[in-house]
Amino acid sequence: MKHIKIISGPCVTPPADGKACGACQTSCQSACKTSCTVANQPCENPNR
Amino acid sequence: MLHLFSLNGDRLAFDSESGALHSLDETAYAVLSAWVAAGQNPPAARVLQKLADRYGSAVFDCQREILGARDQGLMFAPVAVTKPEQLYPEQPRIKSMCLHLCHDCNLRCRYCFAGTGDFGTGHRSMLSEETGRKAIDFLLTASGDRQNLDIDFFGGEPLLNWPVVTTLVEYCESRAAETGREIRLTITTNAVLLDQGKTDYINRHFKNCVLSIDGRPEVHNRMRQDLGGKGSYDRVADRIRTFVVARGEREHYLRGTFTRENLDFSADVLHLATLSSQVSLEPVVSPPGSGYDIRREDLPVLETEYEKLATIMNRMDEQGRGFNFFHFMIDLKGGPCAFKRLKGCGVGTEYCAVTPEGDIYPCHQFVGQEQFRLGNVHDQPVVLDQDVLKCFQGLLVPNKETCRNCWAKYFCGGGCAANAWHASGSVNGLYEIGCALQKKRLECALWLQAKKIERGGDRS
Repeated sequence: MKHIKIISGPCVTPPADGKACGACQTSCQSACKTSCTVANQPCENPNR
Repeated sequence: MLHLFSLNGDRLAFDSESGALHSLDETAYAVLSAWVAAGQNPPAARVLQKLADRYGSAVFDCQREILGARDQGLMFAPVAVTKPEQLYPEQPRIKSMCLHLCHDCNLRCRYCFAGTGDFGTGHRSMLSEETGRKAIDFLLTASGDRQNLDIDFFGGEPLLNWPVVTTLVEYCESRAAETGREIRLTITTNAVLLDQGKTDYINRHFKNCVLSIDGRPEVHNRMRQDLGGKGSYDRVADRIRTFVVARGEREHYLRGTFTRENLDFSADVLHLATLSSQVSLEPVVSPPGSGYDIRREDLPVLETEYEKLATIMNRMDEQGRGFNFFHFMIDLKGGPCAFKRLKGCGVGTEYCAVTPEGDIYPCHQFVGQEQFRLGNVHDQPVVLDQDVLKCFQGLLVPNKETCRNCWAKYFCGGGCAANAWHASGSVNGLYEIGCALQKKRLECALWLQAKKIERGGDRS
């Protein structure tokens, strides 16, 4: 494409088995105690 | 939903449903602006023709590129239909705990949401070994079959109750071994009592350590004073420097708060970056009228400040002097699953706080608010208040109308329930100032990622 450059493709996807596994860290366990950001929390499911 | 924005002359389009990010030239930006104005639909032929009068036939090339990107799911992706019940096929599982080692503090920070340690209760207290063990047992039971559990040793100031810290660390380690679970420990401290022995111990046993410091000495000292009213910067910075060297590459953050008394907070982030490469600085949580609360009229200054910070960080990254600012960190390769993005931080359903008295609250921000008390770890068995739980189980992006139509919804997961409650009186409400700042931080984060990817750097 000439006018539009893809920087990064799709990434918002449900897990393959269609349910939340709950393996990941909760947001306020890191350096965030007042302003919730979930998108910097990594998936911790080794099978994903 | 496609969100268009520009920063430092770079034009970007972020597709919220797919998570795809695009760089645009001027013509593509104009054509996509017409799509957005048409309610995220193809603009009418006369609109395109009008654009062609200005930009030439490239407008029609752009239109073809946009239609192609849409067909590939890279733009205007349809809203994902996710049933909230998929989140909890069995039931929500509390798997993370903010454990309050004490409700007392050796500092008297002016903005403290914890009422300078006592959480507004009027009395200062220490967590006992017995209550701490019961809290840990509660977490092990409540978490069901979850493998990874997290406990943040919090306060007040947890180092004031150091003997109980070490006893409970040992208890966590023995219970983890017995049950085959992973219990990951964090400690959040103001660093005043951080000596060599505690530093060594924390580095041996804690996965993460959060050190509270606000930035430039005069900013820190204005807010973070000791019981005698003396600023704590010199003592704290000295101990943090030593700690960071000993900590090495292991996870830690310098975490601070900014208020309307330091709206030029980028200078504080950059100051903290001279002490460590892991930095977090957040806007104050404060009731209106405190004097230092962030107000609507501060937003333009703060938004410019975030852009300034992003610009400087990009330059530093180019020069190989980059550092991590927690609230600009996003993962465009993967990150959390859609379900986590829908449910946000997990307050009250996956996360809780336990006080020195054993009271269980949805999170540290709700401690002391009796109407949100979920139960007490001394009750056997612990039975959580179902009415309170219900408020928090319903905290999902699809249930919040203002969030449903927001491009940032999968980054913030609906935002902080405590902030919403303080601002609107409802945990499901809206904290507009917080939303505006979150969106600006995300634009900066996306721009930084785009610059990094264009340079051929890591995408995460």
